[in-house]
Amino acid sequence: MQTRFKKLDRRDAVARILKQRREALLITGLGSSCWDAAAAGDSDTNFYVWGGMGGAAMIGLGLAIAQPLRRVLVITGDGEMLMGLGALATIAVQRPKNLSVIVLDNERYGETGMQATHTHYGVDLAGMAACAGFPLTATINSNKALTEFIPQLYEANGPVFCSVKVDDAKLPMVLPERDGTWLKSRFRKAVVGSLD
Amino acid sequence: MAKKKKTEVTWADRIFDSFVHGGIRQVAYVPDAGHARLISLCERSSKVRAVPLTTEEEGVAMLAGAWLGGHRGALLMQSSGVGNCINMFSVIQECRFPLFSLVTMRGEFGEFNPWQVPMGDGTARALANAGALIKPVDDVSRVVETVTAALTLAFSTYRSVAVLISQRVIGYKVWK
Ligand SMILES: Cc1ncc(C[n+]2csc(CCOP(=O)(O)OP(=O)(O)O)c2C)c(N)n1
Ligand SMILES: [Mg+2]
Repeated sequence: MQTRFKKLDRRDAVARILKQRREALLITGLGSSCWDAAAAGDSDTNFYVWGGMGGAAMIGLGLAIAQPLRRVLVITGDGEMLMGLGALATIAVQRPKNLSVIVLDNERYGETGMQATHTHYGVDLAGMAACAGFPLTATINSNKALTEFIPQLYEANGPVFCSVKVDDAKLPMVLPERDGTWLKSRFRKAVVGSLD
Repeated sequence: MAKKKKTEVTWADRIFDSFVHGGIRQVAYVPDAGHARLISLCERSSKVRAVPLTTEEEGVAMLAGAWLGGHRGALLMQSSGVGNCINMFSVIQECRFPLFSLVTMRGEFGEFNPWQVPMGDGTARALANAGALIKPVDDVSRVVETVTAALTLAFSTYRSVAVLISQRVIGYKVWK
């Protein structure tokens, strides 16, 4: 589908979202969204998911149920979200107030050579989330719209779903730590205090 | 209809008790007839959050997130569901997340439906390939102790542990 507006820069969008995170917890998707989060600055409460394609939103759900007083952000790619679409139904049924799922929608499988994803042909992820029952959904097409929507990511009664239409520029990788055991223990210690 | 054994009520109730004692807070499931009673106990309880899934792999990811936030969880599924989880198990294995799965078997003892056999017969091997420790149980008197011990193993040693409950325990479908 041809789009007339100028799409957002993904690194800039993620940096602007995370700038206002305060105590919020972050789960990334694999690949580019992982590098975008790392580029915005590391934190003990970032959990970088380097694999498990299709699982990011559900990791967010389990975390949001366990930590109802903290905001949980999932920032992932359109390809990653498309692989786990059932999660939209499962999350909508659970209605976690504190969960916001953000898809960086470049309409491409960026990490694997920029092949078109289903959103390129018109599949509307925010529409699917709305139909599943997410009380608040949006497709963000401009920097102004993003600025206006960021507070909702942190304050609105969730679950919130937001697809940010980003351009398909291939950006340099910014690699966070990659040892899964280390990442999970670091995160859990920061949030819960112990591994038991 | 599943051939109902009176003991089913007992073991499902006692598994539920060991969930509560073991600090299980989130129970994710795709239904299986063999889990029906346990699922309804979880749904009715305020001590655990019962979460229906569209596919079992969602539960694997969800329970990783649960543990990150301080909750223990359990994944209930039929043996067919194990096949839906394989790639997501890589997250569990790489990160050494504790994961407790309770699998009701099909395709083995007294199975009638040939379509259940390929996945049921491969369940233990698939789990083993995905790094899980497997605790099969085919004696109803050992179900509860097996579950209790498996919960400790999973959460104390940060491992994926799957208890496989045989059709010998659940009762197999009589097709008429
Ligand atoms: C199960 C599975 N299938 C395929 C892949 C290969 N793969 C890695 S990243 C990726 C594309 C991710 O696309 P998207 O989530 O849209 O990320 P972005 O476009 O931001 O890079 C794919 C297909 C994989 N890692 N796992
Ligand atoms: Mg993409």
